[in-house]
Amino acid sequence: MSYVIDRRLNGKNKSTVNRQRFLRRYRDHIKKAVEEAVSRRSITDMEHGEQISIPGRDIDEPVLHHGRGGKQTIVHPGNKEFTAGERIPRPSGGGGGGSGSGKASNSGEGMDDFVFQITQEEFLDFMFEDLELPNLIKRHITGADTFKTVRAGISSEGNPSRINIIRTLRSAHARRIALSGSSRTKLRQAKAELARLKLEEPDNFGDIRKLEEEIARLRARIERIPFLDTFDLKYNLLVKQPNPSSKAVMFCLMDVSGSMTQATKDIAKRFFILLYLFLKRSYDRIDVVFIRHHTSAKEVDEEEFFYSRETGGTIVSSALKLMQEVMAERYPVNEWNIYGAQASDGDNWNDDSPLCRDILMKQIMPFVQYYSYVEITPREHQALWYEYDNVREAFPESFAQQQIVSAADIYPVFRELFQRRIAT
Amino acid sequence: MIPRERKGQPISTGSEWTFELIRVYDKEIGRIAERYALDTYPNQIEVITAEQMMDAYASVGMPIGYHHWSYGKHFLSTEKGYKRGQMGLAYEIVINSDPCIAYLMEENTMCMQALVVAHACYGHNSFFKGNYLFRSWTDASSIIDYLVFAKQYIMQCEERHGIDAVEELLDSCHALMNYGVDRYKRPYPISAEEEKRRQKDREEHLQRQINDLWRTIPKAPGKDNEKEQSRWPAEPQENILYFIEKHAPLLEPWQREVVRIVRKIAQYFYPQRQTQVMNEGWATFWHYTLLNDLYDEGLVTDGFMMEFLQSHTSVIYQPSFDSPYYSGINPYALGFAMYRDIRRICENPTEEDKRWFPDIAGSDWLSTLKFAMQTFKDESFILQFLSPKVIRDLKLFSIVDDDQKDELLVAAIHDDAGYRLVREQLAAQYNLGNREPNVQIWSVDRRGDRSLTLRHQQHDRKPLGESTEEVLKHLHRLWGFDIHLESLQGDRIVGTYHVPPKGDGDYEENYPRLDLAIPPI
Repeated sequence: MSYVIDRRLNGKNKSTVNRQRFLRRYRDHIKKAVEEAVSRRSITDMEHGEQISIPGRDIDEPVLHHGRGGKQTIVHPGNKEFTAGERIPRPSGGGGGGSGSGKASNSGEGMDDFVFQITQEEFLDFMFEDLELPNLIKRHITGADTFKTVRAGISSEGNPSRINIIRTLRSAHARRIALSGSSRTKLRQAKAELARLKLEEPDNFGDIRKLEEEIARLRARIERIPFLDTFDLKYNLLVKQPNPSSKAVMFCLMDVSGSMTQATKDIAKRFFILLYLFLKRSYDRIDVVFIRHHTSAKEVDEEEFFYSRETGGTIVSSALKLMQEVMAERYPVNEWNIYGAQASDGDNWNDDSPLCRDILMKQIMPFVQYYSYVEITPREHQALWYEYDNVREAFPESFAQQQIVSAADIYPVFRELFQRRIAT
Repeated sequence: MIPRERKGQPISTGSEWTFELIRVYDKEIGRIAERYALDTYPNQIEVITAEQMMDAYASVGMPIGYHHWSYGKHFLSTEKGYKRGQMGLAYEIVINSDPCIAYLMEENTMCMQALVVAHACYGHNSFFKGNYLFRSWTDASSIIDYLVFAKQYIMQCEERHGIDAVEELLDSCHALMNYGVDRYKRPYPISAEEEKRRQKDREEHLQRQINDLWRTIPKAPGKDNEKEQSRWPAEPQENILYFIEKHAPLLEPWQREVVRIVRKIAQYFYPQRQTQVMNEGWATFWHYTLLNDLYDEGLVTDGFMMEFLQSHTSVIYQPSFDSPYYSGINPYALGFAMYRDIRRICENPTEEDKRWFPDIAGSDWLSTLKFAMQTFKDESFILQFLSPKVIRDLKLFSIVDDDQKDELLVAAIHDDAGYRLVREQLAAQYNLGNREPNVQIWSVDRRGDRSLTLRHQQHDRKPLGESTEEVLKHLHRLWGFDIHLESLQGDRIVGTYHVPPKGDGDYEENYPRLDLAIPPI
């Protein structure tokens, strides 16, 4: 009467929908927690989930129940020293030695928070919610170095392995019908004539033999038509379609001159990481190019970019020039979506700033999807900022600059930069 | 354990289980259960993983549930507790259906699987089939079909009316779920086919009745004016969700159907809430008895028995009131002690038992036990069968906490003078009527502002809890017009709640309403 069933292979995620409903309902709470986490986390730490905590009060499902007060009678086990009729002082706080209420929480205060985990995927979803990459259009129309093959109907030339048997036989059949049509009509007539002759003039041997020869000739002729001709062969046609490129390159430009402290660099690094994670959601493949500069610029690897120390003056245009060179050399605009992010404390040789503007305006901005500049400084803006203002006016769609004072600003500034804009 | 004469070879010696072994154990346990003539539904034993067990947990024991965020909340908290090792998962979940579905966890040892088979597939299963509450309030053969119907219906509603609209409605229904049951009337058994077939008719029929009820066309003067004065509904209504489903003026047909689904599911779980001690006690008693018989026949090893007893004792462990682990009376412990005690009274009655239980002392224990299982619920079971010995063993005592007194009173302890009082008070503690505030629908202002008035009859001056206002907001959402709640001591009104609050001018916007056009009045 019993059946034992192995259900272990059934889906284990029956609660997924309910879980998502829950996240959906408390998205505001979760977003807040995520924002806090982003500013709190160490920079290498963006790649995992997060523990979210929601006040228990906000999440309760209300029911009608008895409150405290009135006369409550409760039976407890494990009596040790009490005797009937004894009066004992009311214990302070809840629970424990038999204060009436069945609930152990004391006087409504200090309710536990509801704590749960979200995955990295969800964490990033919440982190980048409502943000978008501007100027994504290019990605859809350019780039053709990858192809995918798609079926495109039938062709009469092709590879034997792609032969379409049904269409081939159908066309062979049609050809046979077409080519044998007149012979078959004659054959039919000859047969009818032969039958008539045999019936009406059985002695007319000459005509009968002639007809029989004619029939044999027609038969041979019909049989000579080949069952399958090379002309009949049909093939499934595959064509290559260009696959829109979804490659992006991200240029990280950072000032490493003496005025940049490790703390400033940390802030810059966090910003770059955020940008990287964000780009990764839109592109299959991302190259990152690190360019550091003081008076001269150099392409370096990540480790060196963030941690090696150098001193010296600052010439920003050197980095921009290098970026332009690398772009021209390795990242042709028709294949790559190019993003630039520059971090600096705003110091620059005053003579250099107009040069920077010119390089940006003429040689960089026309080719990049988006260029963002963050100035990490609590001080007044300097010449570079004002020159960049001009760039922003010229390219309002694809250039943005923001100021960051402390680590807490990174995420808000990032959101500001990539805030989804209403399409105009 | 005294070694008795034993025959037979152990079924298994290792702790690893296999499907074949589960089948053999089930067959042997079933054979012994038959010896005690336990009447059960057929069993469907499903082996699942820990993750699946968490899923089953989250849907509060329904094998198929509609989607709602609160189940997601359950799931998240279960998952967190389990992953951090703060809590173990239940060894089993059993569903009152025909066939009776029992979930076994993959991680269990062979001994645990056998324990669970005995506990769930023969203990709980026979309780579901035998107890009068389950027999008359639930229909085991159709519940799965009904849940499938409910899930599909709610999914369709979400597609048609949006997730938010359905979620709001379900929130409101859940808040009143405990007030969606008929306590005294036997409901019609639910059947999925019937539901589907009749659902369309019902929609129209219901709507017609409601339109009639809220008719605003003036009546001819002089006609049944005296009837207008009387209170409506004529009797107070305990089933609030039923009242909403049938009479709420603004609900659309699909919303009424959703209210009905929540109500039906509440009804299905109602017996389980009333028979916790009896049900768990019964299952525990039988796994104990059945596995001991297996041991006596030599079908299980000593090691198996040691492991079994270890689990068994932790299941029936009752911390005393001053222990940090104390969280009320353990239903397994109380239930198991009582069934064991009934058997003892039948087999070896003492003088005291003969005085207290003249009817059952010395009777056939098996039929007495079955009679108890079939005909009682927790409250009456305790009132009828809690013996002085069990009270003494558990050292039960009763505390009265009166907020008008400065000190607590020990009303009774486990002595001759106290047995009856302890027993009565413990029984009252399991009376759902006492545990939940007694709130009923009192009247509807049908010709006026259509407000709904509820009455709460206080029990021992206990006030309503702090979430009352929230619940009333939900009720307001369903009803669509003002809600008043009067709290009564005897005939005296001692407190009132109003949603929206009285004397506040621009409250209209702040209170949840279902998004509905109000018909012209």
